[in-house]
Amino acid sequence: MTREDLQQDLTGRFPDFTFEEGGQFLTMHVPAAQWSNIAYFLRDTPEMQFDFLFCLTCVDWLKHLTMVYHLRSYTHKHELVVKCQLDRDNAEIASAAYIWRTAEFHEREVFELFGVNFLQHPDLRKLILPDDWVGYPLRKDYDDPINMIKL
Amino acid sequence: MYRETDIIQTIPGTDEMVINVGPQHPSTHGVLHLVLTINGEIVKKVEPHIGYIHRSIEKMCESLTYRQFIYSTSRMDYLAAHTNNHACAMCVEQGMGIEVPLRAQYIRVLMDELTRIASHCLWWGSIAMDCGAVTPFFLAFREREMINTIMEETCGARLTMNYNVPGGVMADIHPTFQQSVKDFVRHFRSKIDEYDELVTGNIIFQSRLKGVGKLSKEDAISYGCTGPTARASGVSCDVRKHFPYEIYNQIDFKEITHTAGDSYARYLMRLAEMRESMNIIEQLIDNIPEGDYLAKTKAVLKLPKGEFYSRVETPRGELGVYIVSEGGTTPYRIKFRSPGFSNLSALDHMTRGHKIGDLVAIMGTLDLVIPDIDR
Repeated sequence: MTREDLQQDLTGRFPDFTFEEGGQFLTMHVPAAQWSNIAYFLRDTPEMQFDFLFCLTCVDWLKHLTMVYHLRSYTHKHELVVKCQLDRDNAEIASAAYIWRTAEFHEREVFELFGVNFLQHPDLRKLILPDDWVGYPLRKDYDDPINMIKL
Repeated sequence: MYRETDIIQTIPGTDEMVINVGPQHPSTHGVLHLVLTINGEIVKKVEPHIGYIHRSIEKMCESLTYRQFIYSTSRMDYLAAHTNNHACAMCVEQGMGIEVPLRAQYIRVLMDELTRIASHCLWWGSIAMDCGAVTPFFLAFREREMINTIMEETCGARLTMNYNVPGGVMADIHPTFQQSVKDFVRHFRSKIDEYDELVTGNIIFQSRLKGVGKLSKEDAISYGCTGPTARASGVSCDVRKHFPYEIYNQIDFKEITHTAGDSYARYLMRLAEMRESMNIIEQLIDNIPEGDYLAKTKAVLKLPKGEFYSRVETPRGELGVYIVSEGGTTPYRIKFRSPGFSNLSALDHMTRGHKIGDLVAIMGTLDLVIPDIDR
């Protein structure tokens, strides 16, 4: 599907969701509470078939966190970015690890570096940092006076 | 309950026990720590513990300018520093709308393919060593040394090239570059046949790899595998073909895929890729156009507000660089989607039910580079 067709199709199905203007990929904003249903829909609907989650990350905007999911379909050769806005103090979103297995590691990384809690994640533990690490290093307000060298 | 500091612990009530492989272990090729649950010789579960050389390059990049941050990425996948730099430079060019001169595009692609051969050479030596053959390691290093010398002449460094800058390449190619590359390709064509005779046909080597660590096409996609690992399972995912960058759409080359999905298919994949890289180099080396090697850019680079994603095909798979810019001189957030990280997540799935010795072979054919995984 081309980008315009995809946007039209998705707008028809989900009139509430907003799309970003311009940008490299078609970007859809989804409420965090609906992410799990949307993820299953995006993977399993024959016209969508987003079978490959090629990037999963988080951005700290100081007022809120934004989860960013980059999706691609090997069958239809189209791509989509889904963004979910999360509350900074109580960051929670459904895990996508059962939908795309690659999300398991990526979510563990986001969990320790951003402090996002992934619900129903199969094994939510620290992956990169030591188990006793305090704080979420990739958040913008993180400060470590000992190990961090300011430029 | 077992403590991680204990070397071997039995799990009460079962025949299973937990052992540690690494972080210092010759077969992990770096500081990778695997916690294995085994029953006798059979692996029940593999739990990778990573982060021993985590340097938080993503956090560091947030305080580096768009010219500076490229250098830190040479330290991720240190066997393919050039492709890492390439992805970053491309992302900045994409954001700024910089047109890269044709000469620079040719040089970049040539360097990418040389890097691929060098990286696969090292992999070929180490997979043979993992399976018990020591000589191939020295043979592969002999050929890799030639590429390193070529790199040193032109880029000034053997591993951390830092040759790509936004707008092109840092310096023009060395006057003897073309001749040395042609000499290398001629030399390597005869040597790669020797590689085949020595290792590929070896019946012991084949029985170590055939049918071991099978990864189906669906699983390869679901685990986010890319590069030779996914293509050996029949996934057509070559970034050079599907999202051509630089001059790859003008080059005649094949995307090689296998369907078996086992370790042996991954082994054949990479050998075939080395041959294909040589074909690409031969097509380009005599046709490097004259002209600038570096586009004129402003002294201070500022990316417009927005998000930019670029990807290249590194020897290990798809490397993605995701930059979120707020319009300043430094990135607001940067994410490296490293191929090794996703490939490693499939290790547990591939190894379950195999023997401990097979784990070493599977890890070898995944071609893990730990700094690339840890970042």
